[in-house]
Amino acid sequence: MSSDVASLDMPSEEPGVQLPSRQHVTGFGFYLYLLSDGILFAALFAVFAVLRTATDGGPDGHMLFSSRNAFIETACLLTSSFTCGIAMLACDRRNKFVALVGFLVTGVLGLAFLTLEIHEFADLIAKGDGPGRSAFLSSFFTLVSTHGLHVTCGLLWLGVLLVQFLLRGFTPAILRRFLCFSLFWHVLDVVWIGVFTFVYLVGGYL
Amino acid sequence: MFGKLTLSAIPFDQPIIMGTCLVLIFGILAILGLITYKRKWDWLWTEWITTVDHKRIGIMYTLLAMVMLLRGFSDAIMMRSQQALASSNAHGFLPPEHYNQIFSAHGTIMIFFMAMPFVVGLMNFVVPLQIGARDVAFPVLNSVSFWLTAAGALLINLSLGIGEFARTGWLAYPPLSELPFSPGVGVDYYLWSLQISGVGTLLSGVNLVTTILKLRAPGMRLSMMPVFTWTALASNMLIVAAFPILTATFAMLLLDRYLGTHFFTNDGGGNPMMYINLIWTWGHPEVYILILPPFGVFSEVISTFSRKPLFGYRSMVVATMVITLLAFTTWLHHFFTMGSGADVNGFFGITTMVIAIPTGVKIFNWLFTMYGGRVRFTSPVLWTIGFMVTFTIGGMTGVLMAVPPADFVLHNSLFLIAHFHNVIIGGVVFGCFAGLTYWFPKAFGFRLHEGLGKAAFWCWFVGFYLAFMPLYILGFMGMTRRMNHYDNPAWLPYLLVAEAGAVLIFIGILLQVVQLVWSIKKRGTLRAGADPWDGRTLEWSTASPPPPYNFARVPQVAGLDAYWEVKQEVATALAQPLEAIEMPKNSGLGFFVSFFAVIGGFGMIWHIWWMGVLALVAFFALIVWSSWDEEDEFELSAAEVGRLERANPHAA
Repeated sequence: MSSDVASLDMPSEEPGVQLPSRQHVTGFGFYLYLLSDGILFAALFAVFAVLRTATDGGPDGHMLFSSRNAFIETACLLTSSFTCGIAMLACDRRNKFVALVGFLVTGVLGLAFLTLEIHEFADLIAKGDGPGRSAFLSSFFTLVSTHGLHVTCGLLWLGVLLVQFLLRGFTPAILRRFLCFSLFWHVLDVVWIGVFTFVYLVGGYL
Repeated sequence: MFGKLTLSAIPFDQPIIMGTCLVLIFGILAILGLITYKRKWDWLWTEWITTVDHKRIGIMYTLLAMVMLLRGFSDAIMMRSQQALASSNAHGFLPPEHYNQIFSAHGTIMIFFMAMPFVVGLMNFVVPLQIGARDVAFPVLNSVSFWLTAAGALLINLSLGIGEFARTGWLAYPPLSELPFSPGVGVDYYLWSLQISGVGTLLSGVNLVTTILKLRAPGMRLSMMPVFTWTALASNMLIVAAFPILTATFAMLLLDRYLGTHFFTNDGGGNPMMYINLIWTWGHPEVYILILPPFGVFSEVISTFSRKPLFGYRSMVVATMVITLLAFTTWLHHFFTMGSGADVNGFFGITTMVIAIPTGVKIFNWLFTMYGGRVRFTSPVLWTIGFMVTFTIGGMTGVLMAVPPADFVLHNSLFLIAHFHNVIIGGVVFGCFAGLTYWFPKAFGFRLHEGLGKAAFWCWFVGFYLAFMPLYILGFMGMTRRMNHYDNPAWLPYLLVAEAGAVLIFIGILLQVVQLVWSIKKRGTLRAGADPWDGRTLEWSTASPPPPYNFARVPQVAGLDAYWEVKQEVATALAQPLEAIEMPKNSGLGFFVSFFAVIGGFGMIWHIWWMGVLALVAFFALIVWSSWDEEDEFELSAAEVGRLERANPHAA
């Protein structure tokens, strides 16, 4: 997708020795940031693994987690990654309508995910099983809500980006930002698969 | 409305603190008055505060580091004086609750706000010049990084006059740092200022790794990069990999303190030892984040002033990368006494000792670079030789403590304190001063006064040995760290020698201040051309100070020591025509984000929630605002570049 944008940026004298395009550099830098974000999540996963059994006499994952809720959340998020991918392909072909619809569906599914998560949290807190109940619940709430916080930031980002897109269309800056957003959104999916597996499946079933 | 903040937060009854605050307030007012009187606000805003030029940001980082060195050193000399006075039944001049804040502030400030900004500042200034780039990959982000670091430094210094600082030591171990045992705002000052500056450091790491991997001049393969750039790459990769752990760890301690979670508490199933594991999985790589770039400085200095290519370039690169990997395998040696068992301790003891091998390779490479060379004993070389001797001793005491049974005896004793000051002062600080002296003429176009520089070196060098060798002995005699007073009179003579050493270092610092002022005053006689040291790498091929775009023509690189090779050729290639250059526009984003980071951080520390919310809203608005302008570059026309080049001619 970057080839046509790349050719805009740099004068090419000898192939192979020219500097990379701005989109390429930004994408690489953002990818590095995402790797560091992955390490942040790795730390929270490690903490969850250590504190999984530290329930302090309170409930553990088997008693608390609803697999149905987690399945729907997963479906929302995975589908939103798919629609995000469709939208990026549409950006490549400069198809404004499909890109817009794709990103809008991505946003709506993200919002649905977030609503379900907040609902689950509110339920747990109402039952007295909030983050202060035990070390296990502290680590559960922190890990899952850090992911949720990322989704929230992603939705705010997408909102602003779509306004700019509607006003300006496919400018190099907006294409660059869509590239970063889609990287971000896919990485959140990867993290969620970890959450679903280790928190809800392993922690809730096994 | 104002949370926990009342007038009683200001320690009016503490003459030492109040005196310091008054001096600081008058100093700041005097500087602001001078700027106003000289009508320099416009200049300050456009040339420095909103600049996105990596060279200026590097200079500002270094300046911040030097100011924080003064703050951190005042803490140090107060501690040395306290221990020199508090023998037997005496209690010295610092009450325990104040003394505890001083040693915590000393460690925190020296690591996070002296050593880090110094090293990051050098990398920021030098790396793009060494790889023939026009700026870093993300210039605006670079400015944000710097200002976030400055915001953290401001917050931590506010704790001097408003409220208190942590009394927990520089890593704030729980459960002591948990709410029941540290109910005041001290730990909150610690956590919020480090969270804010930590984000800045992480972004700066992302920025420099991208710069090095993506923006090297055409032809410069990885195997042709100057060694300082290699060590900067290693250091920044460690930043990207280690700082998120610090952020996560501090976030959990914050949640414990603010929302009543149970990560590290004694009750509720919390696990305080988990904090200590987590903080050192960041903390040990941090040691290499600090020391690797100075290793690069020494490599550049010793090669330039021996007029020889660096001995064993490839082994130097391999050694650097091996250290980078091993950095993540040794964290447990900071707490062998936790009781993980003989196997675990044995494993981490061995990984720790293994690090001595690549480090030893480096020491021999520097020695063999000097061997057979025509060494010029300038002050950067003195710092380098001083480092080689001092760091080797520090390395040996480190290997000694890597033996778990020995560590059980030495843990938390002054032997440990002597060891890490031995490697940090002898390694990081000497390296920063070598780098400062070496690249100063590149940054400003004139040299630092050589005689004063040498005098400062000898004061630091001798002062270091006087101040810290007695601490090794005291460690063997059983004196532990962080003592406010003690009843063993046999320790006193050693502590008096240590005090004398601290005074000598103080004289060294004064000489450096005099050196700086003198050199600025007499800069007419200290003028340096583009290449004052007969350098070997690309930064010496452009003017001093370099133009905003660094290189009028992007250099073509064909080998190691790129500039040295060019200089050896009889006729350089005919000058190609100048081309227009895309330059990044100035941006106030970094300054404004940090302004609200200070407001938000202060609000969170004092439980003034509306200030925290205000900061969040401001961040969002600022990011949207800055993203609205897509034209973040402007074009410097070929004619304008030509005018700048003629106005500032240089050797090449």
